[in-house]
Amino acid sequence: MFKRTLLATALAASLAALPGAAEAACAIKNTVPIKTLSASFDAWKAVTSAWAECGNVQSEMDMNFRTKQPTAFAANPSLYHIGGVANNTVVPLLNAGTVRPLDEYIAKYGQILSPNQLIKVDGKTMAVAMMVNAQNFMVREDALKEAGIAVPTTWDEVLDAAAKLKASGKFATPLGATMKPGFDISQEFLNVFLGFGGVPTKPDNTPSINSEAGMKTLALMKRMTDFMDPEYLTSDSTFVARQFQQGKIAMAVLWATRAGAVNDPKESQFAGKILQAAAPAAVKGGKPATTLWWDGFVIAKNLPDAEAELAFRIAMEGIDEEMVKEANNAAVWLVKGYQPGPAAKGAIESAMGGAPAYPSTSAMGLVSAVLAENVADFLSGKKTAEQTLQAIEAAYLTRAKEQGLVK
Amino acid sequence: MRLRTLLFFTAPSAVLMLVFIFGPLVSVAIQSLHTTTVVREMVTVETCSPGFLAQICTTTERSQVKMGPDGKPLTETRFTGLDAYRAVLELEKVAAAFSDAGKGVVDVLRLDFWRALRFTLTFTFITLPLVVGFGLVIALAVNNAMRAIRGPLVFVSLLPFVITPVIGALAIRWLFVGDGIVTATLRAWVDPSISFFAQGWTIELLMLVYRVWHNAPFAFIIFYAGLQTVDQDTLESAVIDGASRWERLRYVVVPHLAPLIVFVSLIHLMDAYRVFEEVVGFGSEAHVISLQWLTFNYLMPDFTGNRYIARASASSMLTLVGIVLLLIPLLRRVWRDNRARS
Repeated sequence: MFKRTLLATALAASLAALPGAAEAACAIKNTVPIKTLSASFDAWKAVTSAWAECGNVQSEMDMNFRTKQPTAFAANPSLYHIGGVANNTVVPLLNAGTVRPLDEYIAKYGQILSPNQLIKVDGKTMAVAMMVNAQNFMVREDALKEAGIAVPTTWDEVLDAAAKLKASGKFATPLGATMKPGFDISQEFLNVFLGFGGVPTKPDNTPSINSEAGMKTLALMKRMTDFMDPEYLTSDSTFVARQFQQGKIAMAVLWATRAGAVNDPKESQFAGKILQAAAPAAVKGGKPATTLWWDGFVIAKNLPDAEAELAFRIAMEGIDEEMVKEANNAAVWLVKGYQPGPAAKGAIESAMGGAPAYPSTSAMGLVSAVLAENVADFLSGKKTAEQTLQAIEAAYLTRAKEQGLVK
Repeated sequence: MRLRTLLFFTAPSAVLMLVFIFGPLVSVAIQSLHTTTVVREMVTVETCSPGFLAQICTTTERSQVKMGPDGKPLTETRFTGLDAYRAVLELEKVAAAFSDAGKGVVDVLRLDFWRALRFTLTFTFITLPLVVGFGLVIALAVNNAMRAIRGPLVFVSLLPFVITPVIGALAIRWLFVGDGIVTATLRAWVDPSISFFAQGWTIELLMLVYRVWHNAPFAFIIFYAGLQTVDQDTLESAVIDGASRWERLRYVVVPHLAPLIVFVSLIHLMDAYRVFEEVVGFGSEAHVISLQWLTFNYLMPDFTGNRYIARASASSMLTLVGIVLLLIPLLRRVWRDNRARS
């Protein structure tokens, strides 16, 4: 009896709460259950909570969404209506043909979109971007000033600054980097590799990582580790952000989406002291050694057309001016009404400095995948630089042949 | 028992084994001999990606997946024989390692499969005696404890076994990683440069300790049950003959428990050879990987969305072969004992 009363109360409470929330800001009163799957960071939290205002939207946020999405979207009907994707995670969906062109919907409901937001493949818009992201340079301004060091603009200057800070005794490990095997370490490698002018694959999709740029990249990464926490091979973005918050590091190249957290007084002991700047260049006078990314959404192909159209309308509600007004500093938004704040400075400077866009190709996906598994072997001393680069190319070729990317 | 009765009684189990174990096994074996490839074509496409302020559009010639009439990617499956096994074992590199220019075992242990095999075998053979030994010691201790506290003792000793393996591994990781409680304390008392996750051997040590802590209770509960059936008359006559405690253990208790020791060893060998939770829970793939983890890694879609089914199947077939090889000596012993008895 007691249980039943409790259940009834809970139900009544949730029913009472739902319509109230649904009326908050969404122009659509949604009655069809809509499911979404995306990554989980502040920007996605802002967007999904704006979607939730439409009612009946169930959003799943998961940093491992990459492994779930391809299979979930291949189901018929698709297990999710809306998928949150980025440059790299859109590739498996495009390859499997499980997302639909959005041009028709954009013509009807996409007046608020700027052309810059439309991700076009072969003339068809396959995804809508809401924000750009980049790994930019974050640095403890106060610590550098105290030591009399100017904000570094090249990796050599970063390492010099790190040596000085370490010698001063203020920081045992002045440098942070995301070197966990997987996506993190492959990105560290690629940023520097592209910065040295490396081109990871040839036009026929064969690898060209075992090159001068590859050797230079590994050497630089090894030098970085001298100034890092000895457990750097378990270090991901969250770990580096926490190192900033606890004052353990003074410098790191970290995702712009973390800029909010490191300067958030609720989480960080050094809020307001962490400056955002362009990613350091690998060579003097070079472009910032980083890549430009976008995050946005796709709509599943295996859905009734009416549901897909509805999903698109709801998705648009999440990336409007109102959402940006509430979460202006959560990301570098591409949405109208965005006011670039101090958190966006680094990403914008990197973009202005000519950092290239991360290419959404299968070959690049494979490069990432093999770097993810092999770069750590060099840092941990299991292989020499030559052996590591050879192993990377061999692993790439094995996979590329199995996928039919290389004959 | 008549053959018909025997067949009748074992039929349900045999059917389930056929459907859920033998069937998938055959399927995995077949998949390890075939490779499925998506069909690709070279196309020139213009792709546009947002920059800040203006869009970046590039026109490139690139290979793209070819779609069939049903909107799904076209695939072709080819019989590739033992290619997948060759790709997993990297035999030509093993040969190169043992040629004049190579460095032998050092070079072989750089290859993923052999590195994983090395860890899996050391892990299995180090934990085996420890699990059996600790299980026996705890069983003897509990058996000799006061009757009143035996119940609670059994309960407490079983707790580690109840914990979900991944959760247990994560708990250990958080105690020791970075500034976890244990590491922080050790840094303060002993040496500020201690870190457990910076090199492979400390991680391996933690894995061994964790597995023994987790599995010893299983051995304990089996041995404890066995101890209840030790023939008290034999023990008493041994006491009268002047046998010491150690001699009674050595010549009466342990021989009585021998079939159970074989049983526990069999189960532990099978479990330990499939070590996986530790690698995932400890996030140790930079330093230490296991065979089961390797299979898992082939199966996870990579950044192109592709899974390497053929190599994953080959790797799990090889794991199976490994387990069978390990079990042969123990199974032969069981078979001989049974024959001697009948």
